[in-house]
Amino acid sequence: MKNIVLQNLVFLLATTVPLWGAPQSFDFKDPKGVNNVVFKLDAPLESINGTASGISGTVHYDPAAPASLKGRIVLATASLHVGNPTMKEHMHGKDWMDVAQHPEIVFEAISARPGAAAGDTVTADVTGKLTVKGLTKEMTIPVKLTYLKDRLKDRFPQKQGDLLVIRSTFKIKRSDFGINAGKAEDKVADEIELNLSLAGMAPR
Amino acid sequence: MRMGLHLSALGVALLTLALWFFGGMNTGWTKTSVPVDKVDAVTGLTYQEWEHRFLPGLDFLGAGLILAAVLVGAGFLFPRGKS
Repeated sequence: MKNIVLQNLVFLLATTVPLWGAPQSFDFKDPKGVNNVVFKLDAPLESINGTASGISGTVHYDPAAPASLKGRIVLATASLHVGNPTMKEHMHGKDWMDVAQHPEIVFEAISARPGAAAGDTVTADVTGKLTVKGLTKEMTIPVKLTYLKDRLKDRFPQKQGDLLVIRSTFKIKRSDFGINAGKAEDKVADEIELNLSLAGMAPR
Repeated sequence: MRMGLHLSALGVALLTLALWFFGGMNTGWTKTSVPVDKVDAVTGLTYQEWEHRFLPGLDFLGAGLILAAVLVGAGFLFPRGKS
């Protein structure tokens, strides 16, 4: 009897202990097409507003230990879109984003410093490496993380699992990443405001 | 010929103005797609879907009015028709 109890205890520990404290992997390729990055640049006639939705990547996150956040978010530059077709052609061209040579923008999160928490939401300053047009720059961005436990089924009824929502707004300079650096600054501002709205899923 | 070109100029100018005015008097650049804001009910995330729609802007208005002016000018190259 004692052996059976011991065996069961060992089995229970063996199957559950590795799950404690283990970050979950959230896949940010969203079949619903909701994940997006909005970009905004000031310009004389009107500000240039556009979106990009070609998002993929994986983030490892433990809601009990937000500081453990690590991961990689990839944005397909071909998905960058603005309403004016000529402007879009220029944006995808060699001087600006050079989509043919640089098909991806990558942010690799290295560390996170959690801030205020409220319910399932926590703010954090995430430090990582942003690579745009082949140039990598380390930067820290403010992020709001919302962990939605067991909510994957609300988006995909056939799946069980959790969701991680990431929101972030920050600015970069196109001159830092060689995006037509130092040119046309009277027509398009150097500063680009980015607004990230991402949801990743961790199926079980 | 002069009368024909001047009438064409008037037509082009009026058509351009009407398209721009009824297109929403957009004071930005011409667009062929416009963003429509949506909200994902589960995550609360806001996202945009692009809707194919022609939205004439100031460049369209300017080009139409310049074309009208060129037609007016070209009309003066021809002698006035007898009435």
